[in-house]
Amino acid sequence: MKRPQDILTAPRAELEALQLEGVKKTVIKCYENVPFYHDLYDEAGFDPYAVTTLEDLQKAPFTTKQDLRDNYPFNMFAVPMEDVREIHMSSGTTGIATVGGYTEHDLDIWGDCFARGVWYADGGPQDVMHVCYGYGLFTGGLGAHYGGVKAGCTTIPMSAGNTERQIRVMREMGSTILCCTPSYAMHLADTALSMGIDPKKEFKLRVGIHGAEAFSDNFRKDLEDKIGYKVLDVYGLTETMGPGVAIECMEQNGLHLAEDHFYAEVIDPKTGEVLPDGEWGELVLTTIDREATPVVRYRTRDITRILPGECACGRTHRRIDRLHGRTDDMLIIRGVNVFPSQIEDVMKTFDQISSWYQIELTRKGHLDVVTLKVEPNPDFDFDEVRAIELLQRDMQERLKSALSVGIRVRIVEPRSIPRSEGKAVRVVDLRGDDC
Amino acid sequence: MLEQVTVFLENEKGRLSALTRVLADAGVNMYALTIAETSDYGLVRIVCDKPAQAVDALRSADMRAIVTKVLAVAVPNRPGGLADLLDAFEELDLNIEYGYCFSVHGDEAVDVLKVSDAPRACVALADKGYRLVDTADLA
Ligand SMILES: [Zn+2]
Repeated sequence: MKRPQDILTAPRAELEALQLEGVKKTVIKCYENVPFYHDLYDEAGFDPYAVTTLEDLQKAPFTTKQDLRDNYPFNMFAVPMEDVREIHMSSGTTGIATVGGYTEHDLDIWGDCFARGVWYADGGPQDVMHVCYGYGLFTGGLGAHYGGVKAGCTTIPMSAGNTERQIRVMREMGSTILCCTPSYAMHLADTALSMGIDPKKEFKLRVGIHGAEAFSDNFRKDLEDKIGYKVLDVYGLTETMGPGVAIECMEQNGLHLAEDHFYAEVIDPKTGEVLPDGEWGELVLTTIDREATPVVRYRTRDITRILPGECACGRTHRRIDRLHGRTDDMLIIRGVNVFPSQIEDVMKTFDQISSWYQIELTRKGHLDVVTLKVEPNPDFDFDEVRAIELLQRDMQERLKSALSVGIRVRIVEPRSIPRSEGKAVRVVDLRGDDC
Repeated sequence: MLEQVTVFLENEKGRLSALTRVLADAGVNMYALTIAETSDYGLVRIVCDKPAQAVDALRSADMRAIVTKVLAVAVPNRPGGLADLLDAFEELDLNIEYGYCFSVHGDEAVDVLKVSDAPRACVALADKGYRLVDTADLA
């Protein structure tokens, strides 16, 4: 019998054929049912009936978050409201929220996508899934819930809050899979410890599926050590579905995209050009079989890259790297896109310096000059000028090869990098308005 | 070996006086202070009576300070005192990273040197009759 997880190891050719069929249908469906897409394609001269390869999709204009906002609440819907079973909304921190609609089929594929996290962990009906993402308009709670139910887990809809009760339930009901934000997982572990409960001994947790927030590798390691389980990163957004668009497998080496439901491209956020695998850029998603609110080439503003090569787990769906911030953080230096996270990655490989930094942009004539200010760590043996010069030179070389742009490294005293609310002011642009 | 305090300071007005103020408030008495300067920063090297306390006080004031072991040799306070010592290093084929001199008592100077192979230098200098100085000797 065919199981839903069989698609995860389908041959690439089969997957791509499925993607092409889905993308073709989505583009036509959007054009015929959503006035926004009708106008957009007519204006851009894009023929939705002329898509014959996945590459043809590159001719289609992008959809932005603003487009979704402009069509609040239901103008992006491609089905009659009688077919819509559920509504979710993204938090409208900057004004109007964006709305996602789900038909019965959409809810089913959502559960299927999130259930993959459970399947990656060889989980199923023997597991107890503890969901303490918030239930409500936010997609975290119900997305994880549908995934738990789909995978056959005993699913406990705890929702957020009341940490002590969470801990009691987790212990008494023997939860094995924890779904929540990574910071809440850490809070749960710390609270348990302060209650005299050692999560490693008294919890049965073996896997955490954590997302909706970025977390570092060190944070993950701390969390895994405290709870004694394995943490899988999950990615998603209300605009295309919710959590489950991509989830890490037990290799913890990139998140497998649900490629049978989403077609992913990575673009240069400035030019809109599609980038080859391995290059960092903005993730762009097209839904393949979403009925209520399909999107074509939706710009997520999330920075990642497609990891080249196959995953050691044997699944054929391509992986995206763990998110590297938002396009809003991107710097353009001498025409090259630079993400602060790329600089952080290089910095992490030098123990002589702390993680605080500041990027200063100045202009000398017509040339951008970038200075990275970093602080020495307390145990860095800087007694000889040579040691500092060597550090500067090594860092400059490493940055140059990682970013393809020259950055001057300056070692500064700890107090000279200002902290605001515990976070460093990372970029100071002194180039003036003409850039 | 002598315990020297090395402080990383940016080349900015007021930093050196801030440093000396911190040490004064911590009751640290300095015997010598030198600065190795670059265009961006300076390394301030200090010989004092309480190196460990000095580093603690500077770190509490958010400065980067470390204790470095350096070779300190007593030489007669006369012309040629340092030249003779450096000849000895040349014979040993040892690299000197940096050095400076100060005088505590009238008839004797202390030459401070950061060398590539301190243990070998110690033995060789002692053989040649040089007296090595540590923090306790300076009090
Ligand atoms: Zn995998």
